Amino acid sequence: MAYSEKVIDHYNNPRNVGSFDKGADDVGTGLVGAPACGDVMKLQIKVSADGVIQDAKFKTFGCGSAIASSSLATEWIKGKSLNEAETIKNTEIARHLALPPVKIHCSVLAEDAIKAAIADYRAKTTAKVAE
Amino acid sequence: MTTQARVRETPEKKDAAPGRNRPERPIYLDYQATTPMDPRVLEAMIPYFTTKFGNPHSRSHVYGWEAEEGVEKARAQVAHIIGADEREVIFTSGATESNNLALKGVAHFYKDKKNHLVTLVTEHKCVLDSMRHLQEEGFEVTYLPVKQDGLVDLAELEKAITDKTVLVSIMAVNNEIGVIQPLAEIGRLCRKKGAFFHTDCAQAVGKIPLDVEAMNIDLMSISGHKIYGPKGIGALYVRRRPRIRLQALITGGGQERGMRSGTLPTPLCVGLGEACAIAEHEMGEEAKRLTRLRDRFYAQIKEKLPEVYLNGSLESRIPGNLNLSFAYVEGESLILGINDLSVSSGSACTSASLEPSYVLRALGVDEAMAHTSLRIGFGRFTTEEEVDYAVQDIVEHVTKLRDMSPLWEMFQDGVDLKSIKWAAH
Ligand SMILES: Cc1ncc(COP(=O)(O)O)c(C=O)c1O
Repeated sequence: MAYSEKVIDHYNNPRNVGSFDKGADDVGTGLVGAPACGDVMKLQIKVSADGVIQDAKFKTFGCGSAIASSSLATEWIKGKSLNEAETIKNTEIARHLALPPVKIHCSVLAEDAIKAAIADYRAKTTAKVAE
Repeated sequence: MTTQARVRETPEKKDAAPGRNRPERPIYLDYQATTPMDPRVLEAMIPYFTTKFGNPHSRSHVYGWEAEEGVEKARAQVAHIIGADEREVIFTSGATESNNLALKGVAHFYKDKKNHLVTLVTEHKCVLDSMRHLQEEGFEVTYLPVKQDGLVDLAELEKAITDKTVLVSIMAVNNEIGVIQPLAEIGRLCRKKGAFFHTDCAQAVGKIPLDVEAMNIDLMSISGHKIYGPKGIGALYVRRRPRIRLQALITGGGQERGMRSGTLPTPLCVGLGEACAIAEHEMGEEAKRLTRLRDRFYAQIKEKLPEVYLNGSLESRIPGNLNLSFAYVEGESLILGINDLSVSSGSACTSASLEPSYVLRALGVDEAMAHTSLRIGFGRFTTEEEVDYAVQDIVEHVTKLRDMSPLWEMFQDGVDLKSIKWAAH
């Protein structure tokens, strides 16, 4: 299987690998995919009080395209507001990385991971407000 | 279209550690996919392309005679390595054709008497697909499961064979996991119950001793390119006593006793014959050497990496194969990292398919684990240095990818991955 240079670059030099404390109030965690399907992404965001993503980290079990998609996703969402980050589309990720058709699902997963992390963060803050 | 860089052309920037120079070309560790031709085989073939180029079926001149002589010597060499008579060997284009001819040829010829065939779920695609075609024609096929070690359950086999069973087809050595089926026991059972025994020996010839008499084998498929011979040639052994009849798939001039028409490719036949002769001569020593290399590799991997699992029996296995699951690391991403090594993913039957291997599934390997598997094949030209390099490369990349794996992190934290409700997609 031939990979695009951009995928290879993210694979060789993944951006923002790591984890935040999942229990912290300012952290949102998205865990998507399934081991049985061959890809699982964990994407975390650290959000400031005014709703801006200060930092992002990921860990991915999956092929080179899955690793590249999540690595790129963390790069793109850093510095964006939650509302902006939410508008990132899988097609933009796929186009940027020149993913072949059989790998489009990797970009879908990355979009899902962003949304899941944001939803987790929002759920946490609403829960806090409710307290 | 964006430019798609071949993995090899954009190698990872690695600091060459002392004593670890990157190889000029990737180290070939995929000997179950195919093998390079042995230079001695090429040497034997060359005259038959240029000077001894005659049609081996020409009867009226020396060109035909010398080509025929080459073909018949090769036929005897093929027969010899399996303990057969040369009149029982017919040349084909490879094991795919041999398997098609054996299954369809026998089923069609005997269809008025018997209509049932038995095989294993772990057979090569060309056997399974031939069986599917026969089913579409109305034949009954039993696909037997295998045990967790990849071997046939003989009691199950015995139960499956009925008086309607014309043929049992069980491969000698599996192409993904290298396990050796108990051929002698299977042959005895088939003989006792009156079914013909066909065995796909593409991965077995020249690697393990084979004897069609002692093992009661009635039909055997052989491939040239798995045994350091040329691609595009194979053979089918067809027992003469008692005689097995086949309906030909390819008809025409009636060559190969009417079972396979077409002018024989003399150089390829000669190459297959020479490959068999060399393999027969060197098999004993080579098996010992490969066992040593394989054990050296496996011991180092186990010492340096936790959570590595072997798929398939270790005891009943050819020395040149390991199929390993590197838990929590997806196989394709590992292959991308270890681009100094040419190995095959144990998790996909073809690179176009994202489905985990049906062979691993048949062993009961769960899907998640199947996605982490590599097939590593050692062969005649594998060296100790290559094996040691491969260990280092694999250890380095498995470690790196585990650091990046959310599943590894969860495993380290003591999370039971099976307790999580994963969203299927
Ligand atoms: C077990 C087995 N059977 C059959 C084949 C097909 O052989 P050939 O490539 O000679 O058609 C192969 C090789 O892929 C094999 O490994």
